[in-house]
Amino acid sequence: MRLVLEGFTKRFGDTTVIDALDLTVADGEMIALLGPSGCGKSTTLFAIAGLHQVDEGRILFGNRDVAHVSPQERNVGIVFQNYALYPHMTVAQNIAFPLRVRGERVVEMDRKVREIAGLVQIGELLERKPAQLSGGQQQRVALARALVRKPDVLLLDEPLANLDAKLRMEMRSEIRRVQLETGITAILVTHDQVEAMSICDRIALMKDGGIVQIAEPAEMYINPMDRYVASFLGNPPIAFLDAMADEELRLAGGASLGAAGRLQGLDRLVLGVRPEHYGPGKGVPLEGVVVMLETHGREDLFEVELAGCGRLRAILPAGSGTRIGTNVNWGIDMDHIFVFSPDGRRL
Amino acid sequence: MQKYRGHHVRHWPLIAVLVALSAPLVVMYVYQIIDTVTTTPAGSIIPDGLTLHHWRFLTGPLSDGGPTIWSLAGNTLVFASCTALVVTSVSLTAAYALSRLNMPGRGFFLGGLIVLHAFPTVTLIVAVFLILQYMGLYDTLTGVILVKVAFELPFGIWIMKGFYDSVPWEIEMAGVTDGADRFTVWRLLVLPQVQPGLAALLIFSFLSGWSEFILPLVLAPANAPQVLATYLAGIIADDRFADFSLFKAVSIFYALPVLVIYLIFQKKLMNIYGGGTKG
Repeated sequence: MRLVLEGFTKRFGDTTVIDALDLTVADGEMIALLGPSGCGKSTTLFAIAGLHQVDEGRILFGNRDVAHVSPQERNVGIVFQNYALYPHMTVAQNIAFPLRVRGERVVEMDRKVREIAGLVQIGELLERKPAQLSGGQQQRVALARALVRKPDVLLLDEPLANLDAKLRMEMRSEIRRVQLETGITAILVTHDQVEAMSICDRIALMKDGGIVQIAEPAEMYINPMDRYVASFLGNPPIAFLDAMADEELRLAGGASLGAAGRLQGLDRLVLGVRPEHYGPGKGVPLEGVVVMLETHGREDLFEVELAGCGRLRAILPAGSGTRIGTNVNWGIDMDHIFVFSPDGRRL
Repeated sequence: MQKYRGHHVRHWPLIAVLVALSAPLVVMYVYQIIDTVTTTPAGSIIPDGLTLHHWRFLTGPLSDGGPTIWSLAGNTLVFASCTALVVTSVSLTAAYALSRLNMPGRGFFLGGLIVLHAFPTVTLIVAVFLILQYMGLYDTLTGVILVKVAFELPFGIWIMKGFYDSVPWEIEMAGVTDGADRFTVWRLLVLPQVQPGLAALLIFSFLSGWSEFILPLVLAPANAPQVLATYLAGIIADDRFADFSLFKAVSIFYALPVLVIYLIFQKKLMNIYGGGTKG
């Protein structure tokens, strides 16, 4: 079902947490609300669920405005970071709870519970108590409980944050698989850009209670709207260098990067360089010295101090033999850098 | 092995001190029991004969027209059970409201709870006496129960609030989005989480009611609503009739239920000190 937020505003006391936010999620789409903690992404999610009251604006499920409808009558499924399973009930009772409060027949409940348990692959755990399950299994139960009532929207509030790294990857693709199989409209709240990029159709990047940019993950990575977006996406993260432009584009230390072109005459600039666009044999060589090296197995991550004008990161295939303290003459691929004004706007 | 033995040796002085300190207590408890079934000549500590005379209160009233021990025990049981039930049921709902509901006056009630919790409530007894008198509840068990409940509630609510506070909000949020109303959420999802606190509070307030002395003494001094504590005090208050062996026998009768309850429920009672945190 299509979900639309129009001018959604949320205040806590005198502080406006979310100011006139607009968001459209297409039917069957999975969108990520991505941002640092305190940016309002969970507040938005809770408002969609009806757990927070909406101060202004409309929330449309299809064509129905639910902004002032109680959470019980909204038909959303929600999965919490700590799973929020009911500890005194078995897995089957947990999953059946939404059906039970709707007064469904036992036979019908049993059939639906088995069906959904099969979908999330916990069919053999139905008689266990939540405390007897691993984190990943608990998350599957929470997912089943959210889905069993066929909700209009599935809301996921940092569902993977409590899992260890390996399980997180597994559950990540599981959530996506289940979402695609059921064709449900889903919203994932997360502060982890990898999570958002890997399983969502689109990302809405939030900051200070507003959406900065909405785009498909690849588009947002290649074409960030401003410095904030560029710095949020990418792992290892992008590096920034101060620069200026007369006839030539120069780094703060004076090194030239070639003709300034359309940037000519701007005397304060910030260049954003992703690690994959800096390295040996790329663009104009710059003198620098390796100050940090992280071995990642397949790749090595370097941090290079350029003579007097800041640090860049480079990611190279392992086995280059370059060590900390080595002087290097690597270059920047000028076709892929981002240019920002000092206040962070993309130029 | 050597190491462990060394351990024991180092503990001996400590054990010796503890034994020395607690010996008088043990001796007193032993004599408490021995004295109730023996006769001892004045000035001696060695008993010279067995008797069941001190337990005569079990079969009939001590003085003509006085209450039997069984009616007193019944009164005490009613008093303690009613206190426990009312305290627990009011605490259960009041604490939920204070813990979770954003209601007007919440701050006032919370503050009042803490003040009353620390307040020496006995100082209110004159005012309470006047109120009961005015309401016609003076000298009735109902009146004493009401007062006892009022005095116990701050503690009960505070304890239960601690248990409610430890239930994750997300469980209620999940319940509400699952389609259950707040009352159903409380009944089916939250209440089972605070069940250990409920059990502990029930037992605790029962025991507190069982051992209450001042309130029945002051607010219900007549024979009819008398409880075991006031009766026991009466036995030695009467100086023509100060029978210490009888006093000891009645004390044992009075203390036995408490001991039994502690033995059965000690694990549940410990919950109350954990404040609802899960181990």
